Amino acid sequence: MDFKKIQNEQTSWEQGTVKKTLERFGERKEHFKNGSNNEVKRLYTPLDTEEVDYLRDLGFPGKYPFTRGVQPTMYRGRLWTMRQYAGFGTAEESNKRYKYLLEQGQTGLSVAFDLPTQIGYDSDAPMASGEVGKVGVAIDSLADMEILFDGIPLDKVSTSMTINAPAAMLLAMYIAVAEKQGVDSKQLAGTIQNDILKEYAARGTYIYPPKPSMRLITDIFAYCTEKLPRWNTISISGYHIREAGATAVQEVAFTLANGIAYIEAALKAGLDIDQFAPRLSFFFNAHNDLLEEVAKFRAARRMWARIVKERFKAKDSRSMRMRFHTQTAGCTLTAQQPDNNIIRVTIQALAAVLGGTQSLHTNSRDEALALPSEDSVRIALRTQQIIAYESGVADTIDPLGGSYYIERLTNDIEEQAMEYIKKIDELGGAPEAIEQGYIQSEIHDSAYRYQNEVEKQERIVVGVNKFQTETEKPKGLLKVDPELEERQKEKLEALRKKRDQAAVDRSLKALRDTAKGSGNLLVPIVEAVKSYATLGEICDVLREEFGEYQGADIF
Amino acid sequence: MDYDELIQLFKEGSYRALSRAISIVENKEPGFRKIIAEISRTGGNGYIIGVTGPPGSGKSTLVNELAWGYRSIGKRVGIIAVDPSSPFTGGAFLGDRVRMQRIATDKGIYIRSMASRGHLGGLSAAARNVSRLLDAFGFEIIIMETVGVGQSEVDIVKAADTTIIVSVPGLGDDIQANKAGLMEIGNIFVINKADLTGVERVEMELDKIIKMAYHSASWKPPIIKTVASRGEGITELIEAISKHERYLKDEGLFSQKRRGRIEEELVTLISDHLFEHFSPKIEDKVSLKALTDKIINHELDLYSAAEAVVESILKEKDKGGVKIET
Amino acid sequence: MATTKVIRVLVAKPGLDGHDRGAKVIAHALRDAGMEVIYTGLRQSPEQIAQAALQEDVDVVALSCLSGAHNALFPKVAQLLKEQGMDDVLIIGGGIMPDEDIPFLREKGIADIFTPGTSLKQIVNYIKENVK
Repeated sequence: MDFKKIQNEQTSWEQGTVKKTLERFGERKEHFKNGSNNEVKRLYTPLDTEEVDYLRDLGFPGKYPFTRGVQPTMYRGRLWTMRQYAGFGTAEESNKRYKYLLEQGQTGLSVAFDLPTQIGYDSDAPMASGEVGKVGVAIDSLADMEILFDGIPLDKVSTSMTINAPAAMLLAMYIAVAEKQGVDSKQLAGTIQNDILKEYAARGTYIYPPKPSMRLITDIFAYCTEKLPRWNTISISGYHIREAGATAVQEVAFTLANGIAYIEAALKAGLDIDQFAPRLSFFFNAHNDLLEEVAKFRAARRMWARIVKERFKAKDSRSMRMRFHTQTAGCTLTAQQPDNNIIRVTIQALAAVLGGTQSLHTNSRDEALALPSEDSVRIALRTQQIIAYESGVADTIDPLGGSYYIERLTNDIEEQAMEYIKKIDELGGAPEAIEQGYIQSEIHDSAYRYQNEVEKQERIVVGVNKFQTETEKPKGLLKVDPELEERQKEKLEALRKKRDQAAVDRSLKALRDTAKGSGNLLVPIVEAVKSYATLGEICDVLREEFGEYQGADIF
Repeated sequence: MDYDELIQLFKEGSYRALSRAISIVENKEPGFRKIIAEISRTGGNGYIIGVTGPPGSGKSTLVNELAWGYRSIGKRVGIIAVDPSSPFTGGAFLGDRVRMQRIATDKGIYIRSMASRGHLGGLSAAARNVSRLLDAFGFEIIIMETVGVGQSEVDIVKAADTTIIVSVPGLGDDIQANKAGLMEIGNIFVINKADLTGVERVEMELDKIIKMAYHSASWKPPIIKTVASRGEGITELIEAISKHERYLKDEGLFSQKRRGRIEEELVTLISDHLFEHFSPKIEDKVSLKALTDKIINHELDLYSAAEAVVESILKEKDKGGVKIET
Repeated sequence: MATTKVIRVLVAKPGLDGHDRGAKVIAHALRDAGMEVIYTGLRQSPEQIAQAALQEDVDVVALSCLSGAHNALFPKVAQLLKEQGMDDVLIIGGGIMPDEDIPFLREKGIADIFTPGTSLKQIVNYIKENVK
């Protein structure tokens, strides 16, 4: 390509045609900026992608550096997994919702746990008061888990569980349920989130301090390598980092910095990179800026491939392959004119698909108001199905690849995110950067800037700071029965009476002994779960041994 | 709540009254003098510990654990956590409680966050007033925590009976940067987060500083290593504090130190009062703007201008125009 | 002597909800509006919040909760504040809560509720106008 000639033509276009037009009609704004606060140019040309080396930077789907996709045929072979995050109230109610979603054509389960479960409290703990069954299903023991998956064959579905601090305990319960169904753990497919670093940085459901938390994580890596080879042992999550206010660049940077920390911890624990790295998976946010988001997914894939290969010297190309789940951005949903959210979700879902996601959750229109109703969940799922079956975007791989703008953005995101990673390395790695509040305060600064842009109308949110109309709030929002907490407590009480207390005590003692030593914690946790020790009891043993984490001050 | 009632409740040990009293004193609301006068009749038993160090050194966590340590030997602890106010908006973000969860509901511990504000007469005086209130209320240990930046923050901890300087590995040049102001005032040096790499380096540097700055002092500051987030080293720290207290008392320095502090405070307060008293007169009598113009135009120098102002006010006073009330 | 009264606000996250983007953004805005903001961090029990409000002698308690536990937690905070004689404190709440819960919360002593889409300015002004 004759770049010089293009340059000349472009200059004459800018100084001639464009200038004349601008004299007559100014542009809408003096500066066009994207969410990462980067200038968006009027036009992108081959000059913007001059340094792109196709084979080095883009290559072919299913091959290093995976910029264009992780599978050779992508959605021509199999569509992404449509996986709606759901769960509320009791195990019985959630079980019903899962069966409904599977009947509607959903292809994988995604379990939402309530906050007491996520923080390792039983439903009758004082801190659990008011929270039981609210943002997800309440699980106190294996007994609840048995009900949750009743009639769902665990060798047929893949299950994703949003669980972090007590990931080991919930995974142990899943293994125990499978065993009761007669399913071998080697057949189990699914994911646990298990990403504690982003809990400290953005989401807040941590229990233990970083060091023992990292031990739990690497113990899971080791255990699954042997016993659950099809299980994704971690879902390194940018989603919540973005929800907390990060930009696209920060989302990629902080997520990958966390990923680096997990690899380093696992290597330090004596694991081999090519044994555990293929089971690492990721979880990203799909936000409103369609093209920036597509570039973000592509940049993230390429960066991860390069990091794993160059920094950690992996040999197996499966270790370098970034597979990820995507959820549309909850923080973009508005309480005003909630039906508009359907359109937002459509654009975001499209970004995820054009960006090559492996699975997708689409938010429901009413989630800025309450838990989603069944109707809203169905529309959200249909949105994915329309993209998959009607839009045509799934029929060719990486359809936006080669666009001057997309390639430029992909390069820019990679470059800026790498700068962040370098800075975090200098601070001593992600755990230390989080401990010092660096990552949190970077995220907060972006959140505050965003909010101020909205206040000043530099950023338009339709229905919120422009095009407002008085619309009636939707009726029939899902409400969790406040009596549920009492019922759950009664169930728990009954379980404590009925179970073999001596067996519980023995299994908890074994767990404590392992915690004091250096053995793999999963082994005694699985035994404790099977003895019907409650989640709270198991987590308390480790609280006593490991201590509890307190938040960082970011201001 | 009127003031008599407030003071009565304060004496009865009402935390609500204590909190209100602190606000009144901090804000210099009408009646604050009455409160100060009342509480000055008692107190003097609380031992004051100052803790300072750079941001990120884990001070709040350390204070949290220190307070917990004192609680476990039966002492009541009052904490004053000072954070800077924004010079632009006057607002402040007071986040120290985040790291003090463990002690936040203990009935024998009281935590008060304080913003530096633009305190007339200095932040130090305002913090001392709060500490006086805590003392009068019966706290046996009073901990004052500040970020080790800015002179007024340093002044606060300097005024403590025992001053603790917190360092941490990995913050690079902080010790260097702080050497000027902070390092000469420490009675105890803490290296927090002592499980991080680089402890030896910090220890070596501190050692050097102590040898240099304290070579002729009879009290050689000890270096205590802590991992506050796990409560490690706290017993040793409390032991070092008691040792310092014993040293001060044995050498007769304790009362000497406190005396010096009161004298210093008195002098500051007198000059503040004088200034406050005369400053409206200054604005009345002379045009600062005109004087400034003259200085800018090279017609007058700064010292002569100041002298002229003072002289004109004193003349006024001789005429009986300005009275000094006693 | 001149008084230097500044509005003091406790921004608190009751319950187990870890979403603190909103709480932090509001805290920042209040600081920029010249207030002194005390932040408690996550996972506060109503008792901890009431205790902090008392010790810090705040004028305002701002509660943020996105987990749906507001009906259980907010009234408890209001009740505890009242019990310790702090019935003049302005209590406000924010988060994801359906309209139909708002009258109940008002009745229990929460002065007002701010849901998603509320501007920072609106909250700042509300506090300035309503602090006694």
